Amino acid sequence: MSRRSSAKFFVLGGYAALIFVASACIVTIDASAQEIDNTVAVSSAELDGYVKGMWPNVEAGWEKRLIQDETQALCSHERNMPSAGDAEKIMAREAATIIYPTDGNVVGDWREGEKVAQNGRGGQFSDAPETAHGGNCYACHQLAPAEVSYGTLGPSLAGYGKLHDYGPDAARIAYAKIYNAQATSACSNMPRFGAHEYLTEQQIKDVNAYLFDRESPVNK
Amino acid sequence: MKLNRFLAHIGVATLAAWGLIAHGRAETPSDSSTDSIERYREMINDPMANPAYLNVDRGEALWSEARGTKGVSLEACDLGKGPGVLEGAYAELPRYFDDTNKVMDLEQRLLWCMQTVQELDTTDVLARKFGTPGVSSDMEDLVAFIANKSSGMQYHIPLSHPKEQEAYAVGKELFYRRGSLLDFSCATCHSSDGARIRLQELPNLTKPGPDAQTTLGSWPTYRVSQSQTRTMQNRLWDCYRQMRMPPPEYGSDGLTALMLYLAKQADGGTLNVPSIKR
Repeated sequence: MSRRSSAKFFVLGGYAALIFVASACIVTIDASAQEIDNTVAVSSAELDGYVKGMWPNVEAGWEKRLIQDETQALCSHERNMPSAGDAEKIMAREAATIIYPTDGNVVGDWREGEKVAQNGRGGQFSDAPETAHGGNCYACHQLAPAEVSYGTLGPSLAGYGKLHDYGPDAARIAYAKIYNAQATSACSNMPRFGAHEYLTEQQIKDVNAYLFDRESPVNK
Repeated sequence: MKLNRFLAHIGVATLAAWGLIAHGRAETPSDSSTDSIERYREMINDPMANPAYLNVDRGEALWSEARGTKGVSLEACDLGKGPGVLEGAYAELPRYFDDTNKVMDLEQRLLWCMQTVQELDTTDVLARKFGTPGVSSDMEDLVAFIANKSSGMQYHIPLSHPKEQEAYAVGKELFYRRGSLLDFSCATCHSSDGARIRLQELPNLTKPGPDAQTTLGSWPTYRVSQSQTRTMQNRLWDCYRQMRMPPPEYGSDGLTALMLYLAKQADGGTLNVPSIKR
């Protein structure tokens, strides 16, 4: 069913939009979480068998989503709390993926950035393939203080540019963070937006402008 | 059928109106937004106005209907407490079954019973595994009916069979398995206390206790935003959609393992099903 085309959903739209679950996020894993001790070990081959059984017939072009890259596999295995040595390895590998704009300008258009920050669509099997990808920043972060619908999985970024004196070095660091958060924080739960080519360079610059432009509602 | 659908529409329209009223009451941002969501939840949590009970009624009829080449009803199906025994069965699923030498959840088990006990061609059942406006789902109906027979009871997941312990371990690995375009795993959203996505509170499912008990104790549920009664298989399918994974195979062993991991975290929690949610 297409939820968007459902008349009933439309009726509810105004309210549902307020509480609709979006999807991206950053979390700090709660290290104190108590878990049931279990002695059954699962080999990666066994786990792969289950994964294959969960996705036996994958549409062409989607196969690679089933295969973990090295960082994903390591972070899964270490429950997002990598050893110091592994963290170093991950951060070095991920830092190498970051491509800065050739003209050195890491700050784009905050108005476009706001759209990216609000948009949680793209890349889902329910989305048309040409659907523009959103960054869905609000799913996990507070940004503009006037926006009440924000998540708390990531830190609040309200007033971010102002708090950093709109400094060019801080803007470059933030660009890198959006591009690949794991370059500085191994196994961060924040998606590696640039490294996965999920967001374009322009989108990342625009989101960065949402943080760093003096006119942006984030700094109001 | 037509009358049921009409009634469901009325129910949804009423709920929508209540929702708007609740929202209209919200004064200022932040604190009052979560309060008004809480008020909305309380208002819709009324079994007499829950359209999922239409699924329960249809499920009851389906359960005792002779179907398949064997011409028998599902009353010959053993959900773990003996053929045809429904009371408390859902509260102990997923569990190990001798006849298949596998751990199965309710939906996987029902499919197996249809295919094996009834010898029913399940092509059509699977095509309607998730209901859409105007097309009801046998699985959603049966799950609503069967789960309701455990309502008020507590989850009892002892993991006494080695295959259950294995499935639990697999489920836990799957829970933490990061992948696809945004590096998400279940743990990305469900491993901290009191966190939210937008305004939606997220249960921490990495540990046993109230979060998992409340969550697992409220599925199947009528989703107001979808105007459909949804099962746990659908919930996991929808999570994987948001994780940018392809649609997972309905009734696959991996989904059952994940469900067993979650059900174990909910052990001892009381079922209140079918419920009604956003």
